[in-house]
Amino acid sequence: MISLRDMTTEDLWKIVNTAGEVKRGGHEGCLRGKTIASLFFEPSTRTRLSFESAVLKSGGSVFGFADPGASSQKKGESFSDSVRTVTGYCDAMVIRHPVEGAARLATEVATVPVINAGDGANQHPTQTFLDLFTIHEEFGTLEGLKIGIMGDLKYGRTVHSLTHAMSLFGAEMVFISPPSLKMPQSVLEELSAQGISFQTAERPEDASGMKLDVLYVTRIQKERFGDPQEYKNVAHSYRIDRSTVKALGEQVRVMHPLPRVDEIHEEVDSTPNAIYFRQAHNGVPTRQALLGLVTGGIQ
Amino acid sequence: MTDRAYKVYAIENGTVIDHIPTPMALKVVEILGIGNEGIFTIGVGFLSKKHPCGKDIVKIENRILLESETDTIALIAPEATINIIRDGRVSEKRKISIPRTIHGVMECPNPNCATNKLGASRHFSLESKADMTYRCSYCERVTQVRPENLTAPL
Repeated sequence: MISLRDMTTEDLWKIVNTAGEVKRGGHEGCLRGKTIASLFFEPSTRTRLSFESAVLKSGGSVFGFADPGASSQKKGESFSDSVRTVTGYCDAMVIRHPVEGAARLATEVATVPVINAGDGANQHPTQTFLDLFTIHEEFGTLEGLKIGIMGDLKYGRTVHSLTHAMSLFGAEMVFISPPSLKMPQSVLEELSAQGISFQTAERPEDASGMKLDVLYVTRIQKERFGDPQEYKNVAHSYRIDRSTVKALGEQVRVMHPLPRVDEIHEEVDSTPNAIYFRQAHNGVPTRQALLGLVTGGIQ
Repeated sequence: MTDRAYKVYAIENGTVIDHIPTPMALKVVEILGIGNEGIFTIGVGFLSKKHPCGKDIVKIENRILLESETDTIALIAPEATINIIRDGRVSEKRKISIPRTIHGVMECPNPNCATNKLGASRHFSLESKADMTYRCSYCERVTQVRPENLTAPL
């Protein structure tokens, strides 16, 4: 569970279907007797709390740290040595780290399954799993959908992972971003090579009339910009409100990995189009399913 | 000057790498990691039909390079030829091909990659033969092979 690149459509279906079973009350106690390490070398709210909730709801125990200052890294221990030690204390470990490739490195020294809870700007696969689960829950399928992905398409790991996953299901895609935050050319070339149809736009209104099934909005992440001026130029450059949603059509469902800043006006929250809080809540059954599958609690 | 020895000295046993574009001979020696072991001879700037700027030759004495090593040469000299010499004669003419994976000799240009920050070993997989691009196994960035990113094997 390190990267979407390692996964087949069958793997993704297995996770989505199992998450559905968990949400409907199945696989109760699938982590009973299991101990999960939660190693967050970088701050996180939603991901960490929903993993911990997933463990507790499935009858497991969880330990770890949420602040790297509390770990022995501060004493100068190498990342590999920390992982090599903790692997003896648990049945699976969840790792978030600011360095890209840290979770992959952890798999080389761990003797228990490793779940990547985000490695720098690279991958955040469990976010994509819960996104897929939410889309499937909403539309009853993952195939043949039209999805608009909006925001920081240059640096956003979530949008790169989601684009990769949706391409496996033949989605049609519309990429909406300010010119300086466009989807990297390498991603677009990969889609072209797969025969995936996509369009680009600068404003969400440009997608009206396209009958999008999903508008996936992301935050422009200040922390990913090396140059503060570059951030200033694009910050607050778009906002979804009721009139935008109306222009996109009543069929559209608005998603967001959260936290939002001001990309989606609060007036959208009460519309039937807004599914971002349900999406966040779906992180729990999705992660219960994942943990159950990797520890053998779910076959 | 017509009888000038075109060749770098002949060797009895070892590996001859020919048709390296000038001035990449030293880079070839560097990525093979042979700079501090045994005897090798370098010839630079020979006339060549293939390479308008000239070609270099590297002769490595008493060492038969493995195919995994000679394929690494294709990263900077895809048209290079390899002759394996045994008892003063060419015993094998080896073709090189772009390697599917690269271990050790290429640096990931991403400063935030685990290979640069956490001591992960360098490993890349071929992404596009035409563009000579590889994907880092850790940070997953795609990067084009450039001589300045290639180093002695770690």
